[in-house]
Amino acid sequence: MTVEHAPFSAFVAARQHTNTLIVQPRMGFSDPAVMRRGLLAVRAAGVPAVGTVTLDSFTRQGEHDRAAMAREADVELNGYALVAMGEERTSRMLAGIGGPDFPVQVRHGSPRPEQIFRTMLAAGVEATEGGPVSYCLPYSRVPLRESIRAWSQATRLLARQADQGVRCHLETFGGCMLGQLCPPSLLIAISVLECLFFAEHGITSMSASYAQQYCPEQDAEALGALRLLCAEYLPGVNWHVVLYTFMGLYPQSPGGARELLRQSARLAVRTGTERLIVKTVAEAHRIPTIEENVEALLLAHRTAEAEQLTPEPADGRGTEVYQQSRTLIDAVLALAPSVAKALPIAFERGVLDVPYCLHPDNRNEARCALGPDGRLEWCETGRMPLQAAARHRGPTSLEALLADLEFHRRRLDPLPR
Amino acid sequence: MSGSVVKAAQPSRGERSRAGSLTFVLCSVPSDSHMWNLVALQLLIEEMGHRVVNLGACTSVPLVIETSRAERPHCVVVSTVNGLGCIDGAGLITALRAEPDLATLPVVIGGKLGLRGTSDTDPTSELRQLGYDGVFPVAESAEKALAGFRAFVAATLERAR
Repeated sequence: MTVEHAPFSAFVAARQHTNTLIVQPRMGFSDPAVMRRGLLAVRAAGVPAVGTVTLDSFTRQGEHDRAAMAREADVELNGYALVAMGEERTSRMLAGIGGPDFPVQVRHGSPRPEQIFRTMLAAGVEATEGGPVSYCLPYSRVPLRESIRAWSQATRLLARQADQGVRCHLETFGGCMLGQLCPPSLLIAISVLECLFFAEHGITSMSASYAQQYCPEQDAEALGALRLLCAEYLPGVNWHVVLYTFMGLYPQSPGGARELLRQSARLAVRTGTERLIVKTVAEAHRIPTIEENVEALLLAHRTAEAEQLTPEPADGRGTEVYQQSRTLIDAVLALAPSVAKALPIAFERGVLDVPYCLHPDNRNEARCALGPDGRLEWCETGRMPLQAAARHRGPTSLEALLADLEFHRRRLDPLPR
Repeated sequence: MSGSVVKAAQPSRGERSRAGSLTFVLCSVPSDSHMWNLVALQLLIEEMGHRVVNLGACTSVPLVIETSRAERPHCVVVSTVNGLGCIDGAGLITALRAEPDLATLPVVIGGKLGLRGTSDTDPTSELRQLGYDGVFPVAESAEKALAGFRAFVAATLERAR
């Protein structure tokens, strides 16, 4: 029996053959009518795209009663309240929208995603994302072990759908963490480790993520390393790579916002990345409108069409980012017989340590900063099995931190007059 | 829990708390997962010479109440940027003010307090009425919000002397 592709993977594989970049928004609205209009507008944009239903933060925290109350009072939320809306209303909202040429993915941010997954599956959506580390440490105060337990159960639930012929796709959010100022090697290690966690729980269709940082050359090395490591560590799994347009402090000017989006689209094409999740001109200010989302998708698509794939990069195994990522992954895998058991030990012992992350289960001893060319460098690696860059910078000052966080704004926004 | 609270305050790698310095509890609201605002504010307060207990993102109301009792801070600083500050920030201050021993604890809130950027109605007066001692929305200007916050810290220090 041949393994059937998940519809999401089949859609991606079909575009892979023609080297067409798939674009996707981060769109979510609390009013079901607006959410439906948004999905239809993305589908009608005329570019290879995935539809997104991004959930609100009450739903992310499992506060479905509060989400329902807010909706009843007609209070706008920052996304679609999937569980509060329920399977029936969601099925109606999605009726006739998704299909083999337009997969829909639910994006949420929850460290305890089972209820979200159940409602999503009942409403006919089989693609989603997140991960036990990436939706715990940066997005909650839920203990890591609890998030891992919850994600084990929820991931098995997705994998079990195969018994009914439903093949689910799961994307790791591990390539983002705090959105910016995390060195690529740690992002890639977490991305690959979460994919291994998914595989360990029976998922066969997945995507590994990476968020655009500050230096296009470093990002290209990182994406190259991610592809090599996925190929090495995920045999027998159907995987692709998804790039997130910069997830940190986004340029405030429309021109700067568009330029950073264009740079991410070029980066995706040059590195053979299959899918890109875009940012809009409204990013720095508020929740983007449907029109702003569609505009961003069209711009990313047109930019990608004009860019050429760089054929086979030089040996990616020689790069520092590949070596560091591999060292971290192997150090974690050596801690326990399963990834689910190894991950909490890794954070306890500081084998993985996310710079600046305030979650109680993260040691928060590692620090990094931008070099003059925008390359992210380790200043302090805490207890991770890595060497810090030679230049030691001492304690972070507010001024230096803000300068790094606002790198793209300084670079791309016009100077105030 | 208290172990994790203390641990969250440890990486303050800046100055140690000095005599005459104030203690701030820094937190967010339950629905807000943003962290950089809290990292930056911790540095800002520490660089003014004060001590910070940073509770991180998605702080529950009971955790803020518990920490306010344990740490007896000079001020609780609520920072939120996900646009639900009006709803969640209102809930937090109402809960704090309902505790007799915390009814007069200085509490301020700042950040992006509404979903629509500058087109929201200004939530300042409503949040003040509910019991916040200072409201510093960044909708208009982040610099202005931070200047307002620095002035508030200076005034708090003055009162503490």
